[in-house]
Amino acid sequence: MTRLTPSAKTIALHVGVVLLLLALNFLLPEYHRGVFARVLVLAVFAMGYNLAFGYTGLLSLGHAMFFAAGLYGAGLTIYHLEWSVWPAFGTGLAAGAALALVVGFLALRTTGVAFMIVTLMFAQVFYLMTLYFTTYTRGEEGLVLPQASRVLEFPGGALDLSDPSTRYLVALSLFTLVLGAILFLVRAPYGRSLIAIRENEERMRMLGYDVFANKLMSMVLSGIFCAASGAAYAVLFGYVGSGFAAIQYSILPLLWVLVGGAATTLGPLIGTLFMFYVIDTASSYTTAHLLVVGLVLIGVILFFPKGITGTVRERWLPWLP
Amino acid sequence: MAFGPYFLLATLEGLVTAAVLALMALGLSLVFGVMRVVNVAHGEFYMLGAVLAWWFASLFGGHPAIGFLVALVLSPLVVAAIAFVAERLVLSRLKYEPEATIVATIGLMYIIQQLALTFYGPEARPVEAPFNYRMQLPWFGYSAYKLAVIGFSILMMLATWFVLTRTKIGLVMRATQFDRETAQAFGIPVGRVYAGVFALGAGLAAVAAVLIVPIQQAHYLMGHDPLLLSFIVVIIGGLGSLRGTVLAAVLIGLSDGIISMFFSPTLAKMLATLAVAMILVFRPQGLFGEAAR
Repeated sequence: MTRLTPSAKTIALHVGVVLLLLALNFLLPEYHRGVFARVLVLAVFAMGYNLAFGYTGLLSLGHAMFFAAGLYGAGLTIYHLEWSVWPAFGTGLAAGAALALVVGFLALRTTGVAFMIVTLMFAQVFYLMTLYFTTYTRGEEGLVLPQASRVLEFPGGALDLSDPSTRYLVALSLFTLVLGAILFLVRAPYGRSLIAIRENEERMRMLGYDVFANKLMSMVLSGIFCAASGAAYAVLFGYVGSGFAAIQYSILPLLWVLVGGAATTLGPLIGTLFMFYVIDTASSYTTAHLLVVGLVLIGVILFFPKGITGTVRERWLPWLP
Repeated sequence: MAFGPYFLLATLEGLVTAAVLALMALGLSLVFGVMRVVNVAHGEFYMLGAVLAWWFASLFGGHPAIGFLVALVLSPLVVAAIAFVAERLVLSRLKYEPEATIVATIGLMYIIQQLALTFYGPEARPVEAPFNYRMQLPWFGYSAYKLAVIGFSILMMLATWFVLTRTKIGLVMRATQFDRETAQAFGIPVGRVYAGVFALGAGLAAVAAVLIVPIQQAHYLMGHDPLLLSFIVVIIGGLGSLRGTVLAAVLIGLSDGIISMFFSPTLAKMLATLAVAMILVFRPQGLFGEAAR
């Protein structure tokens, strides 16, 4: 048997993961297929967060606003303007990109603790806005998108996104697309420069890199991925509410990425899946699922600061991207 | 009715808010100043203080003042003890790395909130004020208890100032804040100082909560808004500057009382948060703070 190069191994692993997820569509029982579809969409959110936090070292506490920008960008245009899914999804992405550009431009003037608080506050303003414009958003109660509007039109036909199997496959397609994009990004010179900025910003500046522009680009890309997740969530699950803009949804991707492993390509998926099932299992014994979130957060940061994938990479598989 | 009474009422209410806010923000500022830790769980220590105050007060029948005084002494002590343990078990092991400690205090926030919900429940419960006297002001009667809150808060701040500037404990704390390594080299037990400061910060939040509980009710989600306001106060006052913190608390408390008379509370909160974010972006040392060394 010939030995595979690390690059070939990496690609084989990612293709394998996607094929496994594809097979699960036909193997999983109904309930778990629904959970997996949700996890795949939210894993995109986590991957977008990971690009900023894991690779670039920008600990943002406000990424819920990018997710919610996608969610509302898609949801409001469908609900109020009766747009079809494609342009609505595009609006979601554009909203996320624009917001990330503005927030990044302002927040990236600060670093460290100030950056965390500034992003937290911008996200809080966004959340309050969803409550303030309650005539359009219906605030906490939210909007339920009618099933008839959640149809993905193609030149050759249409897909009903409320059908469980279609929903799973569309979620998987988005996941695969973003996973591929992230894998490409972090292996490209641009991704390497982001990691270098995370490790030593001063030296990168000395080497002639425009650190601010690189970080801003990373924020915008991260914002677009998160918005894609939000927009997909709106059209696939048909619900848009301000709960998704609350602080908790800024903390969750941080938790998922930390548990799965920051700055790893597959960590966000593993972290999201793990936390979903931990909370799911805990909920069947107790209603205190926030307690579990809190304990896992503290446990991970104390004992596994590298997360699941990070620990695997460190111990056994050094080639893992 | 004329403008005068409204203005006096808004000012008095604003001062009560400011008095409580100043105590809470002082705790947050102290923890940030000495330890460089952003304590996201600070709001939950405040909530815990209020919930414990209700519990202690409900243990004692008879005159409401007895229960209240017991709560005012015991509740901050218990909260400080919990904070002390959390600091020793979690924060000290993280070597006070800013990002790790934020994540850990977020975890702590969820744990405390959930425990409060489980054991205290979702209801809001009041604590009876220790006395029910109404003071006659020119236009209206005003609760003497609220005026007492302002007075007590000033006393507590003076006490904190005295401890920080006139006692050996304060000297040790300031030395640790100024230069951690040199302090350690001079034999100051930096770890224990940090734990003490963290406990003191949480205790101040609990005192603020006990004072507010006869005015507002104790509820397991009551920590969120004060946490955000304290962040605002600490940032405007300059991160780690105690004098700035107190000044900013009075400013924010007063303007909060007056603004919310004219605008919808959501809009007011939105604008205030945005303004503070902008201050942090363009003037990170705060309005009263000095540039970083």
